[in-house]
Amino acid sequence: MNNRRLRQGLQFALRHISLILFAVVLVAFALLSDRFLSVRNLTNIVIQAAHVGILGIGMTFVLLTAGIDLSVGAVMYLGAATLGTYFIGLPLWLGLLAVCGVGMAFGAANAIVITRLGVAAFITTLATLFIGRGLALFVTGTQVVVLPQEILQFGRTTLLGVSWSVWAFGAVLAISWFVLTQTTFGRQVYAVGADLDAAGKAGIKVGRVLFLVYVICGLLAAIAGLVSASQVGTVSPTFALQKEFAAVAAAVLGGTSLFGGRGSVLGTVFGAILIQTVANGLVIINADPYIYPVVVAAIIFLAVLADSLRTNFLERTNQRQIRLEDSLELS
Amino acid sequence: MPLLSVENLSKSFFGVEVLHGVHLTLEAGALLGLVGENGSGKSTTMNLVGGVLQPDAGTMLLDGRRYAPANPGAAQAAGIAFIHQELNLFPNLTIEENIFIAGFPRRHPLLPMIDRARIRRRTVELLGMVDLAVAPNTPVSRLSQGERQLVEIAKALNTDARIIIFDEPTTSLTKYEIDRLFGIIDRLKAKQIGIIYISHILTDVMQLSDTIAVLRDGHLIGQGARDEFTIDRMISMMVGRSIGQLFPSRDTRPTDEPVLEVEALTAPGIIRNVTFTVHKGEIVGLSGLMGAGRSETARLVFGLDPHKSGQVRIDGTDLGDFDAHAAMRAGMAFLTEDRRAEGLLMNSPIFDTEVLPNLERHASPRLGWIDGQALGVLTTEYSRRVQLNTEDLKTVLSRNLSGGNQQKVVLAKWLMRGPKLFILDEPTRGVDVGAKAEIYKIINSLVADGCGVLLISSELEELTGMCDRILVMNNGEITGSFERGGFDPEAMLEAAMRQGTRASA
Repeated sequence: MNNRRLRQGLQFALRHISLILFAVVLVAFALLSDRFLSVRNLTNIVIQAAHVGILGIGMTFVLLTAGIDLSVGAVMYLGAATLGTYFIGLPLWLGLLAVCGVGMAFGAANAIVITRLGVAAFITTLATLFIGRGLALFVTGTQVVVLPQEILQFGRTTLLGVSWSVWAFGAVLAISWFVLTQTTFGRQVYAVGADLDAAGKAGIKVGRVLFLVYVICGLLAAIAGLVSASQVGTVSPTFALQKEFAAVAAAVLGGTSLFGGRGSVLGTVFGAILIQTVANGLVIINADPYIYPVVVAAIIFLAVLADSLRTNFLERTNQRQIRLEDSLELS
Repeated sequence: MPLLSVENLSKSFFGVEVLHGVHLTLEAGALLGLVGENGSGKSTTMNLVGGVLQPDAGTMLLDGRRYAPANPGAAQAAGIAFIHQELNLFPNLTIEENIFIAGFPRRHPLLPMIDRARIRRRTVELLGMVDLAVAPNTPVSRLSQGERQLVEIAKALNTDARIIIFDEPTTSLTKYEIDRLFGIIDRLKAKQIGIIYISHILTDVMQLSDTIAVLRDGHLIGQGARDEFTIDRMISMMVGRSIGQLFPSRDTRPTDEPVLEVEALTAPGIIRNVTFTVHKGEIVGLSGLMGAGRSETARLVFGLDPHKSGQVRIDGTDLGDFDAHAAMRAGMAFLTEDRRAEGLLMNSPIFDTEVLPNLERHASPRLGWIDGQALGVLTTEYSRRVQLNTEDLKTVLSRNLSGGNQQKVVLAKWLMRGPKLFILDEPTRGVDVGAKAEIYKIINSLVADGCGVLLISSELEELTGMCDRILVMNNGEITGSFERGGFDPEAMLEAAMRQGTRASA
């Protein structure tokens, strides 16, 4: 029976690997630096995680349908660049609308190429990644762009002592969670990700679901760009570079499957905060900056490894048993 | 007035008529058994009824009113539910979500919120109707095949279906689940629901049907009350000739020379102490109820799963702690139970599947350069031997073949290796009668060449028709052995239910 308890313990550990990693990271940094666990620092972590979190939530929608959107970083850049280039002196709402429009237009273009022309999502969005970044460089003339004053002020504004970035993050999370778990569209996203053909036969408008998913992802990328730009204040040619990978990493750390049908936005947010915590902790303990990507990558690798181990493990333990026997060695 | 009447229905694809003026009638509360070989037009007919396709000529009347569904949604709205052979469920969603996935009721017409309480109540009600005592929020991934089928039926009932079409519903069910399904079908009939039941298992069709219709080559060959039919008559109508003998006679006798010797093979939790021998030129059957350990034994003998103790010998050589690759090298071949997932490259041309296990032997030893010409000659020869159309080899995708032809592709790919021992797991499942007879002939020619065959089947008739010896399994052990001449169905069933040595739980 000892054997059995061990197995259950192992299963539990594998299932909650991200939580365990998070706890280990927290304890390790707290021991290494007394500044790490301050309320101020922890708040900072959430503020810094906001844009990757929002981006990751959009990515989660797409990943749930077994797709991928590599163009999100480019959309962040193009949206913010558009705002800083063309909307200085114009009413702010008009600029914000334009940014959201850019995001949704990219999402719609991705969706049309993927669903109507049948091009693989990976290729389509890889192309729109370069188109987006290219357009943004063209728009800005490869110069650093400064955002309108109102946006920068907005970035410093707090409500009830909480930064607006965090409010935006929270609002996106709440709405996305609601949409995915409580609406017909949300459940259909999971169905499409599990089995595209079956979804069609079950009477789901598959094309419409996929279209919406990419538009949502594009919109959230544009919003993530606003959040990030309002924190930095300027938009340089390297703005949001490779953020698509951070978004995928956050989703995967949070338990979203790249094969579709499994995952949640809560997990993604958790993944984004975990990544940011590690980055923040490394800064606080004065680690060599070149080591950051290695540590973050190691954590992502551990989480993904645990996930695949768990899948194998469950497959083995759930294997149909024909005979009842005393001990089941894992041979 | 009949519930559904189909009159003079015709359908062409690319100018070739595949359905020629078919008539069918279905009464409320009755079951129409629809039989025919693959390609006889059953699926086309049902796709017309289900709104998947539109007819070129002919009319359909539902309750005496003209019925012409433009798409599956329209058919569903008219009260026709189609339960496909491959179930249409999402394993990552719960039962209740699956039932309502096409459109959830909302809590308020203006808000997008799903009314969870309402779908739960309705799901409990529906599951009660199909005798499935599982919580409505159970993920479908935790259900067995039979339970999933019941969820599909519940889904059909939710749309207030008046006609339910079952396409080969029993292929992946256990005996117990089949009995339960038949009980529910009776109950559906009592509710005045009309049922169209498509199956290759003619005994089931005889048992369930009120009327039977036989299709062949797109023509309706006959329709009438069940009493007018016998299984033999159905078969001869389906095939267009009297098959006479479904199981071809064999002129060769098994030798005394063992090819496969399995000794005390044990894998904890799976099989225990399995010992048997297959001789050259012998067909040994493996019988038992679903879950008795037959396929698992096959996987262990082929080295796909590791065993803990015991021996597997080919031609007297102990394979030791071997894997499937070693088993193939020793001369084994394995036609698996699930040809779609395990036997075929579904989305590639036939040729690709056929050459796969043969690439190694036709590649240059150092560079691994593949001799395409030799493989071309070989695939043509063996495809002809199993009576596949050789012109299709490089153009037709495996998934576009009928079940019988798919199985022949799997046979051909292994035959090219010249196996000494061929393990066949359910070789005729989902295969029509004509192709069945051809597969039996291929098996017989195989043993005539001295190959040993281990034949696993759930159809007792197939085993008694083909085998020299039948082993019966239960609970992972061999519980009976019967020689040709001593095949006694009752004794075999008794052995299949017999408990062997019970391990301490």
